[in-house]
Amino acid sequence: MELAGAIVTLLGSLFLFLGALGLFRMPDIYNRMQAGTKATTMGTLLFIAGLAMGFHETIGASKVIIIILFVIFTNPLSSHALARAAHKAGIPLAKETVKDDLAADEENEEGAMKGTQEGEEL
Amino acid sequence: MVNTLYTIAAMIGLAALLLAFVRMIIGPGAANRVVALDVMTIVSISLIVFLSAHFGRGIYLDIALVYSLIAFVGVVAMARYLERGL
Amino acid sequence: MITVFIVVLSLVMIAAAVLAVQQKSLLSAVLLAGVISLLASILYLVLAAPDVAMTEAAIGSGLTTIVFLFALNKIRKQGKHD
Repeated sequence: MELAGAIVTLLGSLFLFLGALGLFRMPDIYNRMQAGTKATTMGTLLFIAGLAMGFHETIGASKVIIIILFVIFTNPLSSHALARAAHKAGIPLAKETVKDDLAADEENEEGAMKGTQEGEEL
Repeated sequence: MVNTLYTIAAMIGLAALLLAFVRMIIGPGAANRVVALDVMTIVSISLIVFLSAHFGRGIYLDIALVYSLIAFVGVVAMARYLERGL
Repeated sequence: MITVFIVVLSLVMIAAAVLAVQQKSLLSAVLLAGVISLLASILYLVLAAPDVAMTEAAIGSGLTTIVFLFALNKIRKQGKHD
């Protein structure tokens, strides 16, 4: 059990390191946010779960489960709010970007707000 | 053996914290620094849980719990500030 | 190993403090102050003071950052009116 916990913790720390490496090397704020949130959420989950498996008689598992639930719920939510705010603040995308759906959606909404009646009904 | 693996895992986590701090130094503009602060907070939660297991005190987990709430509130406030209007 | 933690976190704290003083943008300075508070909280935890660490987390990293952001927002609005 302890060995399995140590291996899971090591795997989680590798996920954390790769997330930070992606944060360091990606060309764009949106790519950085994607690398720094998804990989880091997975890494934290594995790291904390491995520690709870290895040390379950000293630190207990109930608080660890609560921390994991908080991280799973709040981390993608804050990243989503931050990405939307960065896009609205006009931070440019990388040169390699081929598609920007949020800008197209905002243009459509502005066109619909101006009062054209022949919008798609959905 | 097992303790060595846990130590290696903690050192890799510390290296991740340093790498995120490098992005904090060189990041152009404030939005990149907000992302780096988010990543640093998440890595710090992992390190706090590791320190709690290393010292054998279960009460240290409360600080990780507080941080996982504070980080959410702080990042949402910064996102609202970047969006022009708190 | 705990010595490595203390040395690395202290050096990062000093670097963050120097950068926060030298920063041109006010929002970046506030973020670097948040980093200092975060690392100070971990250092208090290493020094076996969990209550101080929890206070530092709630006040230094949460409340101070949000109050600074409110103040910056007020300054920006006033500059827009004048």
